[in-house]
Amino acid sequence: MRWLSDNALERLREAAEWPDLAGTRYEAIEQIGQGGMATVFRVRDTVLDRMCAMKLLRLPDDTTGIGPRLRLESRILADLEHPGIVPVHDAGELPDGRPFYVMKFVRGQRLDDVVHDGVDLAERLRIFERVCEAVAFAHSRGIIHRDLKPENVMTGEYGEVLVLDWGVARVLVDRDGGDAESDAAHDVAAEADRPVTRHGTVLGTPGYMAPEQASGETGEIGPAADVFALGGILWFLLSGEHPLADSTDYMPPVSVAVPPRLIAISQKAMAPVPSDRYASVDLLSADIRRFLEGNAVGAYRETLWDRLGRLARRHRVAILLVLAYLLLRVVLIFFDRR
Amino acid sequence: MSDSSRSAAVGGSFPPTRHSLLADLRADEPDVRARALDALARLYWRPVYKHLRRRLGLSTHDAEDTTQAFFAHALTADVFESYDPRQARFRTFFRVCLDRFAANEYRAAGRQKRGGHIQHVPIDVEGAERELERAGVVAVSDPDAEFHREWVRSLFGLSVESLEAWGRETGRQVHFSLFERYDLDEAPGDRPTYQALSDEFGIPVTQVTNYLAAARREFRRIVLARLREVTTTDAEFRAEARDLLGVDVQ
Repeated sequence: MRWLSDNALERLREAAEWPDLAGTRYEAIEQIGQGGMATVFRVRDTVLDRMCAMKLLRLPDDTTGIGPRLRLESRILADLEHPGIVPVHDAGELPDGRPFYVMKFVRGQRLDDVVHDGVDLAERLRIFERVCEAVAFAHSRGIIHRDLKPENVMTGEYGEVLVLDWGVARVLVDRDGGDAESDAAHDVAAEADRPVTRHGTVLGTPGYMAPEQASGETGEIGPAADVFALGGILWFLLSGEHPLADSTDYMPPVSVAVPPRLIAISQKAMAPVPSDRYASVDLLSADIRRFLEGNAVGAYRETLWDRLGRLARRHRVAILLVLAYLLLRVVLIFFDRR
Repeated sequence: MSDSSRSAAVGGSFPPTRHSLLADLRADEPDVRARALDALARLYWRPVYKHLRRRLGLSTHDAEDTTQAFFAHALTADVFESYDPRQARFRTFFRVCLDRFAANEYRAAGRQKRGGHIQHVPIDVEGAERELERAGVVAVSDPDAEFHREWVRSLFGLSVESLEAWGRETGRQVHFSLFERYDLDEAPGDRPTYQALSDEFGIPVTQVTNYLAAARREFRRIVLARLREVTTTDAEFRAEARDLLGVDVQ
């Protein structure tokens, strides 16, 4: 028997995990992502001859609730038809028993990589607005993402912005009444609703997780939890630093100059008490838009100097024209008197 | 049953029913017990030998002697009678039995074995010693984790052997060679690209993709079939499969 190094063992482990796509329309090309229980492969759809991404469980599993969660995720994505949410093409079960779904293969960069590449502030805020639009749409469909963070946002090669990984999303459904089909959906939703996995891990990412989510208070988790996470993403876009997982101070000191009005927007979105945050993602997005247009933002109380400075920046061209005109008049008067 | 026919019989990766290794080990019929023990020994002798060498510091001769004696003892005594699947995984129980045997019963069993010159398990001591040499000095802080690591190494090593046999017997040597180059290459660093493999083997990239997928599928089936052979319950089989394919062995 040949001797296998630890390195070879790891490679063989990956090989053994390779999905069995026999009898499906897909061919696995390469593994492009891996989480605790699910793996994402780049696959080729042999019927349409196009690249897709396939997310599947690492192992068949009907005891931990991960399988139903993956199926629910595919149904959530199917329901969320929006340019900012990655579309799902197919879902099912592999011959080896693992549930999977197939989605668009996004060529581009993760948001954290985009920021580290030094994109300018206006472009970062444009991306942030696109993220807000996608999340606001999901909220309008009764779905809370619960794990928004830069790593779950992709920017495509044509400027598109996509929110990914709806694996721990919460479905706000009416649990009373309903037919058999919706009852079953409720069971899955209830399973996906668990704030704590059976392995004892709170769902979400420290720093981007609202206090009510971190404490496991499932009933308290609503759109405000996503508003909090968006505040964290905004902070990351402004500073290049992830927010701290500290309930008293989320924002680490940064070396870059950040406009105080944007800091205030981020702070308001990340208020520890949900009722102190923006009441909706739309309101958060509107404040960003006001900043970009040079208007006063709701999260920041301006002093007189702040206001004058903002107005000066906003009407810079008009002010320069007036000053130029006045200067010209002064020069003309001066030469007339001579 | 050959490895290839066994793997073919597995079909899907997680068969719904299985025979009980435990029942076979406890069977009244000596033939059934011997077959079950043979399956165990093929997988376990290396981890056992290395455990005795590394953990207990036995000499080459004593480790070989004790390995043989332990399997002989397991065949004749009711070593696995007290195993309760609810308490621990079988390989953990197995290692505890080995430690107990090595500590308390080696002398008696050794005398018996040496007197009878019985050799039940084909042991490649030189091969095992070469492996120990290649692995270098390893500090064993967690004997169970170390035993598990060697168990995985043995399981995968036997499975690779079976995969090679599958390639040879079914005319899929290129499949195995590609698998060997891409998934079994010992060298650290980047793997060869599919394009590089395509150039090396003189086949299109799509064929590289398909052949590799087929070899991996077969490898997975072989691993799970072997795992099924040496676990005692469906729950243990699934737990071991989950650990083997989903958790870092480090």
